Amino acid sequence: MTSALRVVAPGLAATLQDFGRTGYQRQGVPVSGALDRVALAAANIVVGNPAGAAGVEMLYQGAAFDVLADSARISVAGAGAKLAIEDGDGASSSIAACESVTVRRGARIKITIPGPGIAAYLAVAGGFDVPPVMGSRSTYARAGIGGIAGRILEAGQLLTLALPAAPPGTERRLSIASFAPPSVARVVAGPQHDHFSRAAWEAFLAATWRVLPMSDRMGLRLDGPTIAAEKGHDIVSDGIAPGAIQVPGDGRPIVLLADRQTTGGYAKIATVISADVPALGRLAPGMAFRFAAVDIADAEAARRKLDAEIARWPSLLVDVAGGTPDTARLLAANLIDGVVDAHEPSAHV
Amino acid sequence: MSDPDPRPRILASGDTAVVVEFGSTIDPVLSARVLALDAALVRAGLPGVVEAVPTLRSLMVHYDPNVTSHARLGGELLQLADEAARETNVPPPGRRFRLPACYHPDLAPDLADVAAAIGQTTDDVIALHARRPYRVYMIGFLPGHPYMGDTAPALRLPRRKTPRTHVPAGGVAIAIGMTIVYPLESPGGWHLIARTPARLFDLRRDNPILLRPGDEVSFEPIERGEFDRLAAASAGGEWSPAALEAVT
Repeated sequence: MTSALRVVAPGLAATLQDFGRTGYQRQGVPVSGALDRVALAAANIVVGNPAGAAGVEMLYQGAAFDVLADSARISVAGAGAKLAIEDGDGASSSIAACESVTVRRGARIKITIPGPGIAAYLAVAGGFDVPPVMGSRSTYARAGIGGIAGRILEAGQLLTLALPAAPPGTERRLSIASFAPPSVARVVAGPQHDHFSRAAWEAFLAATWRVLPMSDRMGLRLDGPTIAAEKGHDIVSDGIAPGAIQVPGDGRPIVLLADRQTTGGYAKIATVISADVPALGRLAPGMAFRFAAVDIADAEAARRKLDAEIARWPSLLVDVAGGTPDTARLLAANLIDGVVDAHEPSAHV
Repeated sequence: MSDPDPRPRILASGDTAVVVEFGSTIDPVLSARVLALDAALVRAGLPGVVEAVPTLRSLMVHYDPNVTSHARLGGELLQLADEAARETNVPPPGRRFRLPACYHPDLAPDLADVAAAIGQTTDDVIALHARRPYRVYMIGFLPGHPYMGDTAPALRLPRRKTPRTHVPAGGVAIAIGMTIVYPLESPGGWHLIARTPARLFDLRRDNPILLRPGDEVSFEPIERGEFDRLAAASAGGEWSPAALEAVT
């Protein structure tokens, strides 16, 4: 018998996403992948998956699924996500983010994402048995690539699971800082920085930017002062990096995110550093933030620090035995890895 | 190919990509330098390189900052570009494609406007655009979307003032001295002067992306009936354009 999750309520824009599709940008294929890869990593690590395994990304609104498997170990993370489980016998329970739970056949799971933030992830131990397309299970809906039928999830669809039942082991919890939307995103000067006057650059850094409603997985459109490019907004198309901030002729910056096009013809004033890009995926329309300039060496150091932190998360998992953490494991993690440090809120989580 | 070969510039593009920029114009010489560096980069296997994206006048190199750095990779790429410029072996030859294209008014909503804009007839525009070899400079914007050039000087027009929100897949368009084919239904701001039944992006093929930089493409005019026949065959997966031979 197939083991699967059946989509009962798909939410607004739920898709399957992993860490994205690399190696095909030269063919015009966007990387895609989770908007908030830090939250996806957390959900995955809690259920024992590799950080970049495919999970369900839910934007703005949660989703509900029926469990069509003997059992499955699941967790959610991001945007204050909460998990409610209704067992087949009518009993219900609720589980916090970043905590695993084993659900059984006949259960209905409902994810809500009260926020702050808009992007939440559902991970299942063992992952989804969905064929990768060009090396990734990420959905790029515009071209119908990857995920389930290349599109956002629809009611009635089956998400086939790789495992017939939850793997043996206890439930785990990861205690880390919340996935709050950022108030500051660090940037380095962009490839067409010299198209903008010093005054325009200073205005860009001084401004408070508000996220506009037409933002999507491709990019955040920002409302604030008009940024003029004295040497012109149009350029001969060149490559686009994650977090690139292009300024089209209307002077309104667009921060390019997961579904960004591979190349573009607008001057790029700056690039959000890769450690801060995941947090941008949490911003809802109407939220405000600003940019702060750093140099590239600092940006690279911030990325290495973030990756090192995520790499340490598996060692920070604690057992959830009747809600009581495994003290010995917690202590061991504390002694070896400095768990205190991981609780400190940082700029990127 | 006799003009001087100034050293390319390294541009910052965040902490996961660097740009090696050879110039700021659309030019086959610049494009050849970009592709030569791209080929040299594949051979060099530099640590930390994730993937490279050749564009009209630059190469974007995506990297993993856990393995390398902007400072290190930038230096390595400049050295590689120097070596590639000195080498006599040219990048691997591109392939040659002849794409059927229907210039019927039903499928070419901007053909009359383009003719009016340049003061010629629609037949003149077709004659200027069709049966002329175009170099694929780069693939970008959408999966399999080629930027090709150069168009005849008379066809050089700016993009439309107001982009369309929906352009059909297969739409053949011109602007800024280049010609493109929309691989998918998408928004688009170029002038639509024909439609090809060929699918430049088709996930059913082993290689979903038809063209790559360095290929040569020409458009072969077809009648409306032939377009419909090929479009149906294309939709059914029974027909797909094949490369004719290598560009020499």
